[in-house]
Amino acid sequence: MALLEVKNLEVFYGMIQAIRGISFEVNEGEIVTLIGANGAGKTTTMQSIMGLIPIKKGTVTYNGQDITKVPGHKIVRMGMTQVPEGRRIFQQLTVYDNLLMGAYTIDDKKKIQQDIDEICTRFEILGERKNQIAGTLSGGEQQMLAMGRAMMSHPKLLMLDEPSMGLSPIFVDKVFDIIKDYHKSGTTILLVEQNAKKALSIADRAYVLETGSISLSGTATDLLNDEAVKKAYLGA
Amino acid sequence: MSTFIDGLSLGAIYALIALGYTMVYGIAKMLNFAHGDIIMVGAYTILTTLELTGNPYLAIAFSIVICTISGVVIEKLAYKPLRGASPLAVLITAIGVSFFLQSIAQLIYGSKSRPITLPDFGKMSIGSQEINVNTVITLVVGGIIMAGLTLFVKKTNTGRAMQAVSEDKGAALLMGVNVNRIIMITFAIGSALAAFASLFYLMQIPSITPTLGSMPGIKAFTAAVIGGIGSIPGAMLGGVLLGLIEKICLSIPAIGPYTTAIEFSLLIIILLVKPIGILGKKIREKV
Ligand SMILES: Nc1ncnc2c1ncn2[C@@H]1O[C@H](COP(=O)(O)OP(=O)(O)O)[C@@H](O)[C@H]1O
Ligand SMILES: [Mg+2]
Repeated sequence: MALLEVKNLEVFYGMIQAIRGISFEVNEGEIVTLIGANGAGKTTTMQSIMGLIPIKKGTVTYNGQDITKVPGHKIVRMGMTQVPEGRRIFQQLTVYDNLLMGAYTIDDKKKIQQDIDEICTRFEILGERKNQIAGTLSGGEQQMLAMGRAMMSHPKLLMLDEPSMGLSPIFVDKVFDIIKDYHKSGTTILLVEQNAKKALSIADRAYVLETGSISLSGTATDLLNDEAVKKAYLGA
Repeated sequence: MSTFIDGLSLGAIYALIALGYTMVYGIAKMLNFAHGDIIMVGAYTILTTLELTGNPYLAIAFSIVICTISGVVIEKLAYKPLRGASPLAVLITAIGVSFFLQSIAQLIYGSKSRPITLPDFGKMSIGSQEINVNTVITLVVGGIIMAGLTLFVKKTNTGRAMQAVSEDKGAALLMGVNVNRIIMITFAIGSALAAFASLFYLMQIPSITPTLGSMPGIKAFTAAVIGGIGSIPGAMLGGVLLGLIEKICLSIPAIGPYTTAIEFSLLIIILLVKPIGILGKKIREKV
């Protein structure tokens, strides 16, 4: 049984259909990536799964439970969260308070402190800037914070929406290293990326999204060698 | 000196009301124009409880309870269904709620002004100056409430969630925050503060009409905008500033009659010089 199963998902913005009945699944322990051009509907898919955008048709099942109509804050408590596109850290709060917000669903205060210490070791820069207002961090540092913040809730399934967007090459590598590392520590990953090459290089399986429909799917290796994918997404 | 204390004390009242406007604006992104009328609800609750029991403390406690419930019920019935609707629709609804509350009060209590007798602790002297003890109570209790609120927002999980929701509802939801619950709590706190404000207001002007809340409501809204709407310290600063200016102007015979005009001119000047208010922060709107 898949950990996350999306079936015939349809999402609309007013009259305009952004997602046209897509189906995909993420199995426990996998890294699955959803690649596609700008405007293909990746963010819409991610946000509708978390209840940020209403779902018109179709179902989302998580851990065997139908969560199509479950409000997002409850989904987080069930063990699934998301690093949203554009990071969306709390600019006016300190780095430390951002991490505390990430642990909003955790009650054990001692555990939270341990987790913060661990995150600050994993992301040194956050440790150094703990008491700084988050809005003053650089883009790459904000991405680290967004990922650290999401990890605070101990998700079983972590979704990341274009975590490498707008970052310098050094930070892009860092972001992918962190995702790989975090996956190894036992978290299932659903990764949305425009940087298809990088995403496919760490993923087990992949889906290609094109104007709201899934045009291709398969193992990451197959897609890396697929002529059409090479041409459209790998710049080869 | 006594003008200064009077000003601070009136400022504390404005600040308590302004906090309700500013917190609701910060978190629900709406102007709750019915907020002033919660003061009126609090005032009539105090009046009725006093008439029935004669116990001023019970009156205050009831007024806090009734105001809080009113705030929460109004949010649930009138504003919640409009979440995501155009700001104009929400504003018109708020004005409708305001008229509704005033009409209810008029039905129950009539439109005539009703006098109320609250405990008067007399005067105390500081140096050579005589000051109403009630004024000092307003100042001290108002100050304690505001300090408590500041601590609550900065140090508790719920307070931090309020800051998070005010910045980015979607991101807050991804942290597991029940945004609707935070909005409800915000209305509850704002309304409870209005209950205190109504008590302090009655200690200064002991008569009640169904439109009692309008003027302090508008003044406090002005204070919230001057301080920077959405900002909690801004509402406190704006409230105190407006209270001081009002009492100082009133104490000078040549200027006294123009006090209200001066206060609203100040609003216009601030909006021209710094449109986001003294302590306002630029917020990027997020979808
Ligand atoms: N808030 C919105 N209102 C209307 N249309 C939107 C909105 N957000 C996205 N869209 C449209 O939906 C489609 C998919 O967008 P999106 O999910 O953001 O794509 P991606 O994340 O793959 O770049 C695009 O055509 C986009 O223009
Ligand atoms: Mg996107």
